[in-house]
Amino acid sequence: MMEQAIATYREEAAELLAELETSLLELEEHPQDNDLINRVFRAMHTIKGSGAMFGFDDIARFTHEVETVFDQVRNGKLQVTRPLLDLTLQARDQISTMLDSSAGGPPADESTGQRIIQGLQSLLPHPQKAAPQDSQTCQPTPPSRGDNCQRTYRVRFKPAPEIMLSGTNPLSLLNELRSLGTCEIVTHLDAIPLLCDLTPEHCHFYWDIIITTPHTIDALKDVFIFIEDDCQLKIDLINDTCAITSETDANYKNLGEILVERGDLSTVEMQKILSMQKRFGELLVQEGILPQSKVESALIEQQQVRQARQEKTVQETALSIRVPAERLDHLVNLVGELVTVQAHLTQLAADKHDSDLVAVAEEVERLISELRDTTLTMRMLPIGTTFSKFKRLVRDLSSELGKEIELETAGAETELDKTVIEKLNDPLVHLIRNSIDHGIELPEVRRAAGKPAHGTIHLAAEHSGDSVLVTIHDDGAGLDKEAIRAKAIERGLITAASELTDKEIYNLIFAPGFSTAKKVTSVSGRGVGMDVVKRAIEALRGTIDINSATGKGSVITLKIPLTLAIIETLLVRIDENFFVLPLAMVEECIELSRADVEAAHGRNLAHVRGTLTPYISLREQFGIRTSPPEIEQIVIAGVNGTRIGFVVDDVVGEHQTVIKSLGKLYRDVQGISGATILGDGTVALILDPALLVHGVEQREQQQFG
Amino acid sequence: MSVTNITETVQYLTFQLDDEVFALDVAKVREILEITSITKIPQTPDFMRGVINLRGSVVPVIDMRLKFGMSATEQTVNTCIIVVEVTLEGETTVLGALADSVQEVVEMEPEQIEPAPHIGTRLNTNFIKGMGKHEGNFVMILDIDKVFSEEEISAVHGVAAAE
Repeated sequence: MMEQAIATYREEAAELLAELETSLLELEEHPQDNDLINRVFRAMHTIKGSGAMFGFDDIARFTHEVETVFDQVRNGKLQVTRPLLDLTLQARDQISTMLDSSAGGPPADESTGQRIIQGLQSLLPHPQKAAPQDSQTCQPTPPSRGDNCQRTYRVRFKPAPEIMLSGTNPLSLLNELRSLGTCEIVTHLDAIPLLCDLTPEHCHFYWDIIITTPHTIDALKDVFIFIEDDCQLKIDLINDTCAITSETDANYKNLGEILVERGDLSTVEMQKILSMQKRFGELLVQEGILPQSKVESALIEQQQVRQARQEKTVQETALSIRVPAERLDHLVNLVGELVTVQAHLTQLAADKHDSDLVAVAEEVERLISELRDTTLTMRMLPIGTTFSKFKRLVRDLSSELGKEIELETAGAETELDKTVIEKLNDPLVHLIRNSIDHGIELPEVRRAAGKPAHGTIHLAAEHSGDSVLVTIHDDGAGLDKEAIRAKAIERGLITAASELTDKEIYNLIFAPGFSTAKKVTSVSGRGVGMDVVKRAIEALRGTIDINSATGKGSVITLKIPLTLAIIETLLVRIDENFFVLPLAMVEECIELSRADVEAAHGRNLAHVRGTLTPYISLREQFGIRTSPPEIEQIVIAGVNGTRIGFVVDDVVGEHQTVIKSLGKLYRDVQGISGATILGDGTVALILDPALLVHGVEQREQQQFG
Repeated sequence: MSVTNITETVQYLTFQLDDEVFALDVAKVREILEITSITKIPQTPDFMRGVINLRGSVVPVIDMRLKFGMSATEQTVNTCIIVVEVTLEGETTVLGALADSVQEVVEMEPEQIEPAPHIGTRLNTNFIKGMGKHEGNFVMILDIDKVFSEEEISAVHGVAAAE
């Protein structure tokens, strides 16, 4: 049980740390934003609080120190400055390391922690001092715990009648209380007996004191410490400005509720009195001040707004459901199986020619496709979660390299499958590093070129059909075509005589080990990078595209499919083998007759409306030895911007494909990215057109080059 | 003389390839299927027969006869797929092994098992855990993890690339 709680704490702390980082980085841009300061403070406060609760004492202690400094910021005593943010970000990293080390990671360096704390404390205008309100008290009260929270307490002080006999003056106690904070004192006289029964040496009064103070409840109790046994004392916390509750608005409880809480009134009595009371609206009508209709319309408005607010709170709570990722993965798997079974059902229904069964099958198909979409969206996360990490990266790297770079982001709310986002992280880090290191020039170089001294990297995400486009645009120097060309010739990738288009030159940087950097820096230049990026993007079934203008900057566009689990495909057949092609890539299907093949003299080129389209015979490619039918079909797909045909026997139709991995044994089979199960249970292979084309290109190069 | 790494009495599943009897640790066997339609993956060596649909999962099938240098398995009523769990690069992977027929589950004491001779088996001796004696015949006990080990698989890729 405890372990589970600790795991939850770790998870939450990691989230809070991420939020802390984002808020700090935003704070850098808007140092006056109180909301942000509060967010930072709250995040730290929660890390500290729950840390202490689950035994992460070191984290709690460390965070407390940082929080103390930030409290000064919150109170406007300390300005948000770059050094402060630097240190706080370091502190965030330190907390993160401590968290990792508690989970078995390498131990956190305590000296780093010390250094951060000292650095932070040196920023304080004057060393920590107790709150000034304390000075008037004659009794030593514990200083407030560094948090300047104003708490409101309700004190009911009812001394025993004989209290004055022991030499205690209740008035001095009340005065002492008054010195602790803002006080409202109400004296109750109802216990005073008739004059004939009155004992003048007794105290017949009792008091209600509403006090707002930064002190704790213990400080209040200390006031009454000597007469504890001689009085009835009840102290309740009724308001805490530091507590993070939704009740911090100006509205306080109703009078009735307060009285019931104090125990002066019972709930039954309150209800009785309330029912006697006429409603405000009724009174207005009764007195003839307003007509009934106007009151009713006002009431309707009130009701409407209340309802809306209530719904909002309901929605807000619904947002915070936490589900383990593996449970969602399991759900997606189940839906995948359901899609397969449904395909089977649809096929059976069609074979049986039973109209009732077909109707049911269609209904099931509709429901399952809805279920599939819903399930897949459940795994969607806004890509912004990774964007915030890059802000930090840009900030740290640019200052390390002496460059001034700003990261602009757009479309952070664009949603992508969770696994896709995770796998996208490393390639994006690589690309952004490249932009920082190679793209953006040093400030003086930029100024000389007539550009603003600080460079901008624009990171954007947007939906485009069933894909998401992620673009990284920098206004740096752009790719050096000549340097790339020279390097490629040096490495034997191209010959000196090759004529290459700009695009082909840019694509050279994806060759393994390719780097034009003259020296290796800590950031990049080792030439492990772009080929890894390309492979990672291809593993996501995505594409990468580079555009660049010398002196203006470069744009890298990643096209990533929304999900990895289920895709729309075109089902085709060769002999008895079934294959599927991603529908998003398919442009059209045309016929290829034996006569066409003969007319092309054995060259794999087809005439499509006046243009030549090269094609690959999958039958040949896959070594299927049966002879092709009289009329074959060419499925034309857009591969890396060119149209390539794939010749098959027959095009069966669209198919919802649940992607299954082929496993380790088949992981290196070129051109086949997975398998799927058809309605009748047979396995169809998922083709990867880009890789198929690549394989054929390579083979032809070997043959003729 | 017994084999040092076999110290407990273990149950083995025996199966036939051609007219030879082989055995597998039962703990490695998940289930036995009748032969179903196998989808060939293009550009892979012959002994990798392809993949089957095992209740919604795609499972690769290997022709044990081809793997051990015999002629390809001819399909008969007895032909079956032994679904095994092998440890590949530290992960458990499910594979199908195509065999001519499955015989029985037998219990063998460590004393009944002798180490494989270094020559004469016409098999990579790494594949063989030991030679068990059962009803007067020798049974070759396979180390299935080694049969599908990393080196074997990279060899597979070598063949695939050469084709």
